[in-house]
This record gives sequence, structure tokens and C-alpha cells, in this order.
Amino acid sequence: MRIPCPICGPRDRREFYYAGDAVALARPVPGAGEAAWDSYLHLRDNPAGVTRDLWYHEMGCSAWLVVERDTVSHKVLGAALAAEAER
Amino acid sequence: MRYSAWQVFRQGLTGNRGWAPVWRDPDPSPEYDIIIIGGGGHGLATAYYLARKYGMKNIAVLEKGYIGGGNVGRNTTIVRANYFLNGNSEFYSHSLKLWEGLEQELNFNVMHSQRGLINLFHSDGQRDAFARRGNAMINQGDDAVLLDREGVRRYLPYLDFEQGRFPVYGGLLHPRGGTARHDAVAWGYARGADARGVDLIQNCEVTGIDIRGGAVVGVQTSRGPIAARKVGIVVAGRSGQVAAMAGMRLPVESHVLQAFVTEGLKPVIDHVVSFGMGHFYISQSDKGGLVFGGDLDFYASYAQRGNLPMKEHVMEAAMTLMPMIGKAKVLRSWGGIMDMTPDGSPIIDKTGIEGLFIDCGWCYGGFKAVPASGDCFAHLIATGQPHEVAQAFRLDRFRSGRGLLDEEGTGAQHNLH
Repeated sequence: MRIPCPICGPRDRREFYYAGDAVALARPVPGAGEAAWDSYLHLRDNPAGVTRDLWYHEMGCSAWLVVERDTVSHKVLGAALAAEAER
Repeated sequence: MRYSAWQVFRQGLTGNRGWAPVWRDPDPSPEYDIIIIGGGGHGLATAYYLARKYGMKNIAVLEKGYIGGGNVGRNTTIVRANYFLNGNSEFYSHSLKLWEGLEQELNFNVMHSQRGLINLFHSDGQRDAFARRGNAMINQGDDAVLLDREGVRRYLPYLDFEQGRFPVYGGLLHPRGGTARHDAVAWGYARGADARGVDLIQNCEVTGIDIRGGAVVGVQTSRGPIAARKVGIVVAGRSGQVAAMAGMRLPVESHVLQAFVTEGLKPVIDHVVSFGMGHFYISQSDKGGLVFGGDLDFYASYAQRGNLPMKEHVMEAAMTLMPMIGKAKVLRSWGGIMDMTPDGSPIIDKTGIEGLFIDCGWCYGGFKAVPASGDCFAHLIATGQPHEVAQAFRLDRFRSGRGLLDEEGTGAQHNLH
């Protein structure tokens, strides 16, 4: 599996640390309530198909990426800098 | 037909013409009292105990593929009860006791082999942690023996004890741990359930869950709608999709875990050996293949295969611990889809929908849990109350933060187990 880092180009999966669903970008405000925090921390859509998740280019440019990926075929569809990604 | 040595002898003398199919292949009825979604080990065991132990009738198991074609046929067959936390400990203890009587219970040879399991440790701190775990296992009524380096050497003389990175300090021996024949467990429960009138319906994919007035009333399937008063979801890696049919989101993320088997060899590894620090564990099947695995690939996946980096990592760990197996040729590798929860422990609970129950979140430890998961889920469905050894497996423990079962002590967060 290769991930197309927008800064470094396509790189081996081993250079990246996986940080789970990109739901992490949508952090609720502190007072959002128990349901919102439960949803953010624990509940997942867990799609069989296209998903967006967060990868950290640990052994490269240290950028956080939002990677669009198919969980069934392992095909990587694209990657964008998390700082610029749609939330 | 009751299986026995006499039957084998008799059938052998009469040209093996008397063997009959082990279960029926019925068409679905329009209505059942209880539907179990998922014909894997857990689902079949649930149906079996519902009929045998809890006196339920009119039960169907719906399986989208074939019986035993999912994770129950894709694991590394290890059976153990070496858990530390209250909540987990009594459950796996119950499961191991069921395993020990399973062949008599089912009249089916599941090849349960209590060859002993050894978890290795590599530092003083780890020794303390393993001593404590062993004491917890003994307090639970199970067995554990703390071995020093020489103790491990008596059992596993072939390890590389002096390796630079993780020298072997000792191990925690769990004598009643071992392996079982994975397919036979599915077949045995399927046969037992079928004999008690459970309809095992294969090639029947659930495509919707019908809910009226907050209560489940049936399911939509690829073979038509089926009404039911109670529905149990036991679908492992696919839990997210099936729960979504009932409008639920689960604290579950599905990951791929790889496993490997070599060509058949003469007996060389007599126990189950676990090398946690290197992410590697191994046993030898009765057929001779070395069956081994490591850790998750660590990204969400539904592909029943993994990637090369983790294969390389597992092989490296194998060579670090037991260089003697370096010449063995790997015959096959495969992946299973693990329903990972944030704290690494399972869920057996009601849902917010009347009559709809869920059993999921087995992470990478579902095989050994098959008998107790079946018993406890059947208890919950039949009585509406959790079984006494499964009370901790609540669906709401993440939201409330109460009663988390973080066996590894890494924090109840996705991607850490």
C-alpha cells in the first residue's frame, strides 16, 4: 500500500502512522454533551468501502494527512493535508 | 446418528454408505420466534444453547455465505483463560470449562488439545506483571505456573534465549491452554443445533432489520422477508453494517489480522508459544503445519488479506525467537476481519430496540470465547438478563466510562488495541 503524500509524493505505508477515522478532525466543543463526545471518541461508521482516515507521515515530512481509501480493496484514492482538508 | 468408534467400525465394514448429511438445508419459514444473524461459531453456539439449555423453539440462523466460512474458519485456534481483569476473567474461565466438556456435550470431535500455553517475558518488570496475572488466574480458579528461564528451557529448548533485543527471562505457563480444530467447532455446534430443530439457512444475507414502534419485528433478506419476535446480531467484523440497518452506530472499527501456516512438518512445537514483545505467537496443528500470527495491520480494513509490511514483521519476530523454523516454507496466509472496540473487550448486550440484541467486539480473541459467548448471548436473548459471567460486557460502558475492560492498560481508545 502506498500513500500519495502531497508533500513527498507516493510513499510506502511503513512510513506512516495510522490514527483512525478522520472524525478526529471534528472535535466537539467541551460543553457539547455526552452524546456528542461519545460519538466523537467511540462510535464509528466503520464503512466497508470508501473511508477517510488520518495518517501521520512519521518517517517523512511529519504532515498529518486525510487519506481517502477503500477498506475492501485497500486501494488508496487520494490524500490531502489535514490542515487544509474539509472538516 | 450418534458418533462413536463403533459407528466408524460399522460404517467401514459396510462401505461407508450409512453416513447421512450432518444438517438439513431448509428454506426459510416466513416467521420465527428467534433469528440469529450470523452462522459463525458464536451464532451457531448461541442457537445451540438457546435450544438445548434455555428451552427455546422455532429458531433460525441466517448466514450470508456458508456455515463456518467466516472468522471461525480463519483464526489460529487458540483456547485459553489467562485474563486478568474482573469481568473478563470469569467469562473466559467459564468458556474454558465449556471447552473441556464440549466433545461430550456435542458428540463431536473438536480436537481440543490442552497442550499448554506459554507467554514469554523479557524483563523484571514484565515478570512482575506476569506473576500478578498468574495470581489473578489462580484466584479465578484456573491454572498458572510462573517459569524462570531454566523452567522455560525445559519446555522450549529451541528458543534463542540470548537474543540481544528480547532475552528470555521466563514465561507464564497456562497448562490448560491449548488449541482446538476451528472448523469442527462450527460443525459440531451446527449439527447439535440442527438436531434440536434450529433451521440453519445458508446463502441468506440480511439486508434490512424491520423495526416497528421501537421493537424489532423481523428482517429483510436476500431470500425474502422473515418475521421474528427477537433478533440477535452476531456478525463479528460486519457488525457495523448490520447494526446500521437498525440505525445504530457501534463503538467498533474493523481491522484485518493476518495469520500464516507452513507446510506440514514432523512434531516440533509441542505447546502454544506467545512472544508478545515481538508480536508473534505459534503452535503446530495436528496435521503438522506451523500456525502463527502477529499483530493487526493497524488500519481499518474489510479485505480478508493483509499487506506485506506486517508479514515481514511477523517473520522477523519468528526468526528472532526461534531461528530453527527459518527453513520452513509458508504455505498460506490469510486475514480475518476483527471487530475492534476501544478497550479491546467484547459487547454482549441489549440494544435500545426492544427484542434486538447484539454480541460483537471480540477483537482478535473470539475463537476461545465461542462456547461462553453462545451460552451468554443465548441467556440474554432467552431471559432478558445478562448471564452472570457476562455482566461487564455492556454496550454503554464507553459512553459512561464506567466498567471499561482495558485488559492491556493502553487506554480505551480506538487504534490502541
